Amino acid sequence: MAPHALSNLAVAIMAAAALALIATARHRPWWRELARDLYRRRPVAVAVVGVYLLIGGLDSVAWVGGTPPQGDLVAQYEPRSVIDRLFPPDFRESSYSAPLAANEFYGGAPLRFPGRHLLGTDLLGRDVLLQTLKGVRVALLIGGASSLIVIPIALLAGMSAGYFGRRIDDVVFFVIATLSSIPALLLLIALVMALGRGTLQVCIALGITSWVGFSRVIRGETLKLRELDYVAAARALGSGHGRILRRHILPNLMHLVVITFVLLFSRLVLSEAVLSWLGIGINGSWGQMIDQARDELARDPVVWWNLGAASLALFGLILSVNLLGDAVRDVLDPRTLRE
Amino acid sequence: MIAYLLRRVVFGAATVLGVLLLLFVLFFLVATPDDIARKAVGEKALPEALAQWKVTHGYDKPRVWNPARPTDTMLAEHLRRMLTFDFGRSDADDTPIRERLRTGVGPSLALTVPLFVVGVTLAIAVALLTAFLHDSYLDRSALVLSVVIMSVSILLYIVGGQYVVGKVLRWFPISGFDPSPLVIARFLALPILVGVVAHLGQDVRFYRTLFLEERGRDYVRTAAAKGCSPAQTMRRHVLRNAMIPILTDVVIEIPFLFTGSILLESFFGIPGLGTITVDAINANDFATLRVMVYIGSLFFIVGQIATDIGYTLVDPRVRLE
Repeated sequence: MAPHALSNLAVAIMAAAALALIATARHRPWWRELARDLYRRRPVAVAVVGVYLLIGGLDSVAWVGGTPPQGDLVAQYEPRSVIDRLFPPDFRESSYSAPLAANEFYGGAPLRFPGRHLLGTDLLGRDVLLQTLKGVRVALLIGGASSLIVIPIALLAGMSAGYFGRRIDDVVFFVIATLSSIPALLLLIALVMALGRGTLQVCIALGITSWVGFSRVIRGETLKLRELDYVAAARALGSGHGRILRRHILPNLMHLVVITFVLLFSRLVLSEAVLSWLGIGINGSWGQMIDQARDELARDPVVWWNLGAASLALFGLILSVNLLGDAVRDVLDPRTLRE
Repeated sequence: MIAYLLRRVVFGAATVLGVLLLLFVLFFLVATPDDIARKAVGEKALPEALAQWKVTHGYDKPRVWNPARPTDTMLAEHLRRMLTFDFGRSDADDTPIRERLRTGVGPSLALTVPLFVVGVTLAIAVALLTAFLHDSYLDRSALVLSVVIMSVSILLYIVGGQYVVGKVLRWFPISGFDPSPLVIARFLALPILVGVVAHLGQDVRFYRTLFLEERGRDYVRTAAAKGCSPAQTMRRHVLRNAMIPILTDVVIEIPFLFTGSILLESFFGIPGLGTITVDAINANDFATLRVMVYIGSLFFIVGQIATDIGYTLVDPRVRLE
């Protein structure tokens, strides 16, 4: 299946799953009150994150066809997403141009699309606004996919260690100690060098470096939950370990999962920006834009729009997610995570 | 207590072994010697050239199990060399790794130690002040500012710092390094400034939480009831008792002082251990990278054991375990 078709399918599945979740969660007071509290406390942050999600979603839906590009036969068969289609096809110049300019920055030659580059163009002539919008999807992918890797691993390790104790706890604790002895950035670098430099590998590397802290918290919580009366009652009534874990322990860990997911998200996106700057990040991310724009401030006159757009987009997302994460943590209020 | 220390040291040794095994898996099993050779010699190299490179760099032995002589494997070699600090030569340019480490430690420490001291002192001071003036405008604006500072990527602080302070204001040079004691401060001032500001947000938040927790305790209320002024309580009771968790956090950071700040060093041109690491990444130099990760973990584990020993001295409750 073509990659863009897979992406469309994934978006469709996620949209359906999200609608289904919303439909069921409407009847659960826990989720309903969480949503309502978040709306009340940080409406702006929720709105901003919503806008980012919308842009990312629109960029994930792509198809082939439509207006043929000017004189380029091959590009006609490339899938273009909804975001791509907001701009003319092959929306490129030959080099830098300032926002809304009619001529090139160095040299003053006339542009192919004068006045239409709202945020200017970069060294290779690509429109900065388009690149920034496309970076939204990459950032959401990094944060979302890596978190989806982190959370199940941490839950599995933490719950097993906390619930079964003794040998399994020793093994898991040893693995945790080993992984956390290696400085995070060094481990990340080592993993990406060993696994190779692709999108999936970077997500896996980010996942492996991040699961340790969360699993320690899960282990602590599970140890506490294991001693509760209703767990003992369930055992007395004959429930097996699996059932107890699923019905009694796991639901009481969900608030930690939600908080950690949000807080992890911003940390992962920032880590990927650092990786891009070291040259081992993901293609098309804002980190890569910042990396490519590194020398531009030294030019004379200064080229500021490339760096500025990527930085603002990154800052906007991270700040909103951080504020949202704080609000989520205040609402769900675990003292365990405040350490 | 001796038993506790012994257990800690044994566990630390086991962790070191675990780290070495992980490094082995990553750099010999996941990234095979063939990959490493190909990256060093070239993608289209002849098999003989690859084999020759592997022999000269010690990658030619069987990796885990050698039926003829069980101790002549790359695993055994890797363990033996790392544990005896015989680091061998770099994969990229064949220089002895130990030499590079020795030249790199000085500049790294010159950067990270002042950065650490200034950063922690400033963060504790600001956090103490905001905890003292809890719920005032200063406190709330400090909180908001902390989140905002935290949300900006350190890359932007580096680039922004270089641009604003280096190019526009021309207070300090943009990058470079000169070890002579008269000039060294000029080159370190900007990276230290950038490093301190970048971490200020999360540090202040963290310390503030600790101070507020301490401040809410009963004995502080008793002290105030007995007549201690608010400033005295903060200083004598809150600060002292909150220092224990702060100390844990702080001592954990000390090992990282040696590994250097990878980002700050490479973008301010300081020839420390961080630059060595970045060069190793760019040159696909797996040998050096292995050594850097090992050193980093070693320092961290030693630091942790030192922290635990320190704990038994500072906190009498731990001693009785």
